[in-house]
Amino acid sequence: MHNIFVYCEIDEGQVADVSLELLTKGRKLANELGCKLEAAVIGHNLKGIEKEIYPYGVDTLHVADDKRLAPYTTLPHAHLVVNLFEKIKPEVALFGATSVGRDLAPRVASKMRCGLTADCTSLVIGDHKDNKSGKEYKSLLYQIRPAFGGNIIATIINPETRPQMATVREGVMKREIFDKTHKGSLKTIKAADLLTDDLFPVQILERHMEKKKINIKASPIIVSGGYGVGSKENFELLNELAEVLGGEVGASRAAVDAGYADHERQVGQTGVTVRPKLYIACGISGAVQHTAGMSESAKIIAINNDPGAPINQIADYSIIGNIEDIIPKMIKFYKKNTK
Amino acid sequence: MSFRIIVLAKQVPDTRNVGKDAMKADGTVNRGALEAIFNPEDLHALEQALLIKEERKDAEVILLTMGPPRAAEIIREALYRGADKGYLITDRKFAGSDTLATSYVLSMAVKKLAPFHLVIAGRQAIDGDTAQVGPQVAEKLALPQVTYTEKFTEIKDEEVTIQRRLERGVETVSTPLPALVTVHSSAAQCRPRNARLLMKFKHARTISELQEETKDYTEMLNNKPYLQIDEWGVSDIDAGEEQLGLSGSPTKVKKIENVVFAAKESIVLSSEDNDIDRLMKELIDSHVVG
Repeated sequence: MHNIFVYCEIDEGQVADVSLELLTKGRKLANELGCKLEAAVIGHNLKGIEKEIYPYGVDTLHVADDKRLAPYTTLPHAHLVVNLFEKIKPEVALFGATSVGRDLAPRVASKMRCGLTADCTSLVIGDHKDNKSGKEYKSLLYQIRPAFGGNIIATIINPETRPQMATVREGVMKREIFDKTHKGSLKTIKAADLLTDDLFPVQILERHMEKKKINIKASPIIVSGGYGVGSKENFELLNELAEVLGGEVGASRAAVDAGYADHERQVGQTGVTVRPKLYIACGISGAVQHTAGMSESAKIIAINNDPGAPINQIADYSIIGNIEDIIPKMIKFYKKNTK
Repeated sequence: MSFRIIVLAKQVPDTRNVGKDAMKADGTVNRGALEAIFNPEDLHALEQALLIKEERKDAEVILLTMGPPRAAEIIREALYRGADKGYLITDRKFAGSDTLATSYVLSMAVKKLAPFHLVIAGRQAIDGDTAQVGPQVAEKLALPQVTYTEKFTEIKDEEVTIQRRLERGVETVSTPLPALVTVHSSAAQCRPRNARLLMKFKHARTISELQEETKDYTEMLNNKPYLQIDEWGVSDIDAGEEQLGLSGSPTKVKKIENVVFAAKESIVLSSEDNDIDRLMKELIDSHVVG
């Protein structure tokens, strides 16, 4: 069995969150398949980077360090990744669905002539039987993603080609340290020998990057609170639920005005408009100024002690009761059902 | 030699306006119920090409689309806005192509139009949102790629300078030509149809469309050959059949689940353990939470 591979992206000198999330997922898949987890970091000034990566359970880390490799440009990174794939022949290869990953992964997949699925929301191991040929495939990667503007969920497989490639957005998978003391082995990619001048047609002339901000718009899950949450302490419960589910916290204007949350988290006409796949509205009555910013969410859960609150009319599920009771239970049963 | 720009575009179902009848009872997409539109980011791509044409008298804008016969509609839309010519790549054998097979077909068609300076495409199409076809076409043609283009800041004969829109910032890059560029939705909106061009091209037709017409176009086409939209199949682009359609597609769809609800019904739950347990199970099983 060949291994699981994760391309680790570097963001402001550190391994990007999305890459750590993928390593967490990759480690679980490797355990399930009984194979190893490999990763690559390609960039410059990477000394000591393995210390950030090993705790996530990486067995072999490939490092290419060269000043021409940062900031990222497509061709040299693609060349090194393809070269590595031809050597280590991974079973599965995961990339972040970022500006970099979505530029790099298709170029690599085209060169390898293998299948790639973008923006997966779930990755599961499963078998497959081809109805036409009757051929059976063991332990394929099911790449599950929304398609058609989020109106369908498709399960994609790559039965014949390797690696089975997928990209995943930041915040979709959970990030979890595997073992603080875990040590892998470091392999140096001899970048200077592999990089040729023709890989650098694109020159970066200028770059303006902003510091990382809270961006609740990009979050697939939003746990949002209104004035009905009642206190800053109760808002802490929303943070806990958001963290467990891998989402962000949002707020109504009334909650922001009451000082429960920062303005940058405000959803609605005077805040941001969001379309997550799950919106959990806690203690929000559902005034139009708020619902205008969230009514296109794919699924809405309203938690409210008022059965007549307008939010219940647009919710898929209305839970009637107090958030102090309900949120801890949601956390408990989420953990129980995901084990 | 003209400064040739090839715009890659796709006709897509308008997934932003999905109605109740968008899904069939068996859970498959009812394409007939969705309006077919010019993929929004491909319109941004067309606009970038037209802006270059305003700047350079020698620029020639060619629209290339792969799709069923009706995709000729977006070629006419491009002609109404200022494109010089369009090609429809259509063949039953293309059916079932994933992004890899699609990029193979497009790259073979682009080769037929060589020599060219720029290939410009939208970043992604709204029916799949993969953003894969652009970079994959670039790889197949061994071209440099510049994704997420917001604007061209300089156009020279052998080099362009481009401002890119990244997740958390902007980057300005230069690339030698020829190159492939994908355009981000933050780029300039496409201009509307031009009334004069609309009159000129409203009778532009592909061969397949002419076979459906009751009116006789023979004389019109003899007088105005620009009304003939070229249609290319597998053999016209010298494509290898094993690399296209289902056989050229490494990804297979194993399962499709419908998440459109015919009528939104609200389920009322209590704060009792069994209600919350059931809810969390449902959310996990339907992949809403992972």
